[in-house]
This record gives sequence, structure tokens and C-alpha cells, in this order.
Amino acid sequence: MSKRVVEMAVATPGVDAQGRPSRVPLGAAAEEGDFGRDHLLVNLGPQHPATHGVLRLVVELDGETVVRVIPHVGYLHSGFEKLGEYRHYNQIIPLTDRTDYLSPMANNVALALAAEQLMGIEITPRCTVLRVIACEMSRIISHMVWLGTTAIDLGAFTPFLWAFQQRELIYNLQEMWTGARLTTSLTRVGGLMADIPDGFVEGLREFTRTFPDTLGEIDRVLTRNAIWAGRTQGVGVLTAEEAINYSLSGPMLRASGVPWDMRKDQPYLDYETYDFEVPVGEHGDVYDRYLVRLEECHQSNRILVQALDRLPDGPINVSDPRVILPSKSRAMSDMEAMIFHFKQVMEGVKAPVGEVYLGVENPKGELGTYFVSDGTAKPVRWRIRPPAFINLASISKMAEGHLLSDLIAINASVDIVMGEVDR
Amino acid sequence: MNPTADSLRATFGDAIGRAAPARDGTTVVVVAAARLAEIMRWLKDTPGQRYDYLVDVTAVEYRDKERPLEVVYQLRALERRDNLRVKVELDPQGELAVDSVTSLWAGADWLEREVFDMFGVVFAGHPDLRRILMWETYAEGYPLRKDFPLRGRFSRAEQVRQALNLNPEANYSMEELSIAESFDELPADLRERLRRGERSKIPGSE
Repeated sequence: MSKRVVEMAVATPGVDAQGRPSRVPLGAAAEEGDFGRDHLLVNLGPQHPATHGVLRLVVELDGETVVRVIPHVGYLHSGFEKLGEYRHYNQIIPLTDRTDYLSPMANNVALALAAEQLMGIEITPRCTVLRVIACEMSRIISHMVWLGTTAIDLGAFTPFLWAFQQRELIYNLQEMWTGARLTTSLTRVGGLMADIPDGFVEGLREFTRTFPDTLGEIDRVLTRNAIWAGRTQGVGVLTAEEAINYSLSGPMLRASGVPWDMRKDQPYLDYETYDFEVPVGEHGDVYDRYLVRLEECHQSNRILVQALDRLPDGPINVSDPRVILPSKSRAMSDMEAMIFHFKQVMEGVKAPVGEVYLGVENPKGELGTYFVSDGTAKPVRWRIRPPAFINLASISKMAEGHLLSDLIAINASVDIVMGEVDR
Repeated sequence: MNPTADSLRATFGDAIGRAAPARDGTTVVVVAAARLAEIMRWLKDTPGQRYDYLVDVTAVEYRDKERPLEVVYQLRALERRDNLRVKVELDPQGELAVDSVTSLWAGADWLEREVFDMFGVVFAGHPDLRRILMWETYAEGYPLRKDFPLRGRFSRAEQVRQALNLNPEANYSMEELSIAESFDELPADLRERLRRGERSKIPGSE
């Protein structure tokens, strides 16, 4: 991504005359006297619109300067990993809807890919392309939610409406395909729950044609906006070394200048055959995270167009009766099919002994699925590597020395979703 | 197989246990718990290895009670695009303790807290080893251990009783209160309850 020069006509709070962000020095010396001597504890959340879910931050303040942030998470803990140990691999898929609930289809794909790698299943070409479409649709809706809510946090209401309008269009397509807007449960081990319906391709093509216009509008209203730049530039800076050391992933890592994207560097779903760029930031601040995510929407749109162009005909499921359920009519009329149906429903699909870790590039970062199998139909261990949880761990480091109002911008820039942080 | 496994064996000898590729192609190396910190530092800092990115820390307990509990570290060398999985085996009946790697990777902070919270593995040298997903007065044990029942250890009635007995006024932990030096400004009864340590245990649970 080329560097964009932001010109501002007026001096704004947070930026000095040279355009450099002005920062409150860390641990500013307290004034002598009655005021400013004591540090103040401020509780933010868990019920607070700017914490994007049930996140609680206990903030130690020196005046308006953040000295320390103590995050408390776990309010939405649901024990998904424990539940997964009592379920067949296909039965885990509905649980993944509810982890990162802003991009459910991408989570479904991640789980199915890991289970297939464990079992050694090669999915069909049509299924591969449809899964790419599912992942990129998810990336767009997740980034649209992020953009809209972050803009609201920083006082811009209009981009929120534009972004949610576009998200609604994708949601309609998602509903067309899976019957659900949130609990999609799209994938199955070895294939998909359903093929795309009639009119889906045309609907998605229409979306990819108009979506860049909205991105352009958002770009015009925010990127060179003095208030937006003033509140985001130089705020929450992490260097490349720090970002790696904190195990950040996704747009958080790339905004700090580390060009790592699982789709490029450890490709899955034939991502290496698509033509797209990975935007990388320079300064690692909130503003760069915004630029990276905005550009990722453009790139996702490009991938969607290419995927629609190459979408092959053919089956969506592998032709293995041990893995894929037979059709209802066959299960009711054919003895053999009925036995396979019975065994799959009652016993589940057995995975061989072994373990796999598969990381995929989700909108929030690297979503890892770690399966350990002892040869039965239920995993011994199902571990989610939660990108939002690991990215959020760096918030104390980022917020120290900034103003309380900057903490809101920093928290928003992490792009957390508490369903995934707490699992 | 990842050549790092051989280099590890050449450098650390007996401290390196079995090494083999897993089903995803990543090499799994089992190392001695006593020398974990040293081995991880070597993996991170040695030129030619440079596993600079800690992907994940987690633990695995098997259904087979004879098998040891494993603490699993997923490492990645970003520049070489290479992955390595390092495992430490611990006896689930014995003391679950292993050195912390937070001094090498800051990202290990919350990950180790989660493993402590869910499995009860104590990470020696961790700066702030507290429960993270469960609340601090959680008394049922470690949820992801295999001897932990799916529905929890306590009955629904007991869970409700404990929830009703919680002290909702104690919004801040002692640590947080001492940070703000605002302990003295609390109401007298709350101050007394905090002084008795009631924040960290459930009233009426003994």
C-alpha cells in the first residue's frame, strides 16, 4: 500500500503544526497541590457501548492520562472447548458460529478445514471456491461492523449507516445461502451444508459492482478528515518488533509493518492462485489499522470477483459415504445408504489418531484450530487460537500514556468480539 | 522433518525426547520440563532458528489416564515461514509446574494465564498468574481437566447460592484499590470485609 499523505487545513487537537501527533508523555509528573496528586480508578464496562461487548477495563488515571489498564475478560465464557470434547466433528460446527459471531462463515470454514486435514479428506473444486467466497464475504461484513462502530466511537455517525447498509446486503446473501443471518453452520466435514441457490451469483456480482462506491464514500469522509486523523494518528502505536512479540495477528500485525498474511504465507483453499495484495501499514497506530482494514475490503472484493469468475460446476461434497450423509430419499429407500446414515448419526465420523494445527486468516487475525484425536469420533482436545483474545492482551501496552478518550480509539482499533475472546 | 529437531538434539542431548511430524506436517518435539526456558530462549535467539513468533500456548489432557498432560507451544519463524510445535509432558497426578516464557514473548502472558485457569498448570516466573476467563472466586477447579464433569462440579442450587452470596460492591480487587490509594475512602463495612479477605472467597462456602 502506498503511503497516503493527509493534509489538514486547520490545526487539530492531537496533531502539532508539522502534522506530527502530539502525545501526552508517559507518567507525567504530578502537580504539587490538592489536585492531580492522587491517581483515580475508573471502571469502564462491562456494560458500556464503547467496549464493544462485555469487556471490563479498570483504568488507573493520573488526571486524564492513562497510567495503567487492567482488563477483565470472561463475562461471556461459554466453555466451547469443553463442549467440543463431547461432540462429533460435525456437531462442533454450530459452536464455531458463536465464537466470532461477526464472521460465522469464516469460522465454519476454519473448523472444517482442520477436521479434513486430520482425516485426510480432499474437498471438491467447487467447494473450495465456495468456501473462499464464504471467507471473503465474512471479511467484508466483519470489517464493515468494525468500521461503523469505530466511527461511532470517535463521533462520526454517517459511515456507520453506510457500512451497515453494505453489511445488510451481504447478510441477505448469507441468509439466501444458509437460511440464517448469524448461526450459519455453513460447512460440513468434507463439503458444505448446501450449494448456493439460484440468483446468488447474480446477487453477489451486483454487490461487488457497487461495494467499491461505498468504500470510496467512506474513504472520502474519513481518510482526510481532520478530526478522524487527529484522533487516530500516533495513537496506540506498536512497532513491528512489539507486534511480533505480543503475538498479534491480522490487521493489527500488518498495520505495524509486518507483511504476514496466512492467505499468502501459508496458503489454504488455493489462495495462492488468486490475485490480491496484502496492505501493510507503516506506523502501527490506530489510523494505519483503519487504512489496512479499508484496503482489505477492496482486496476481498477483488477476490470475490475472481472466485465468481472461476466457480466450477460439480459436486460440493466429497463422494465418501462414510463422511457425507446420503440424501434423505436414498436413506429412506436404499438399505446401504440407510446404514451409512445410521452409523454417521449414531457413531459419528472417526478421525485417525494424531493432531493438526491449522491457522486461517480470519478478519480479526489468525484463527487457529488445534485438534488432538485418539481415534474416536470426538476430539480429545479442540483448541481455538483466538485472534481477538491475543490481540486484546496488548491493550495495556498500547494505552499507557494516552488520554482516556484515546483508550476508546485504541480499544476499538483492536477489533474485538467478546464471543471469541471469552469463548 | 524440521531440521531444528536435530539441531536441538545436538545441542541439548537428553533433554530432547521424541520428535516426529504430526498429521499436519509440523514437527512435534517433546522437551524436558526442567530445561524448557533454556530451550525456548535458544529457539528464539539462535541465528538460523529464530522462532520469533509464539502462535499459541495450550495444554492437552488425554482420556487415557496413563498418558501425561502436555503443555503445547506453537512456534513460528516468520522469515523462514516455518512452524514448530514444542511439547512438555507433565504428570497429571503430580505437581503441574513449568517455567513461564513471558520474558521471551509478551504474548504468552494471557495464554499462560488461560492454561493456568483451565488446566491448573502453574507457570513459574509469570508476572501475574491469575484466573482470566473464570472469575477470581471460582472454586470448582479447572474446567478443561478430564476429571471435571461437563455440567460442572457444583449442583445448580449450589451455583445459584454462591452467585447470590457474591459481594457485588467489591468492584475492585485489592491490587486495583492499592493502585489508586483509595482504600481509605471506601465505606467502613466494605473496608472491613476486604481486610478480612472476603473478596477472594465466597461467604458461607466453608
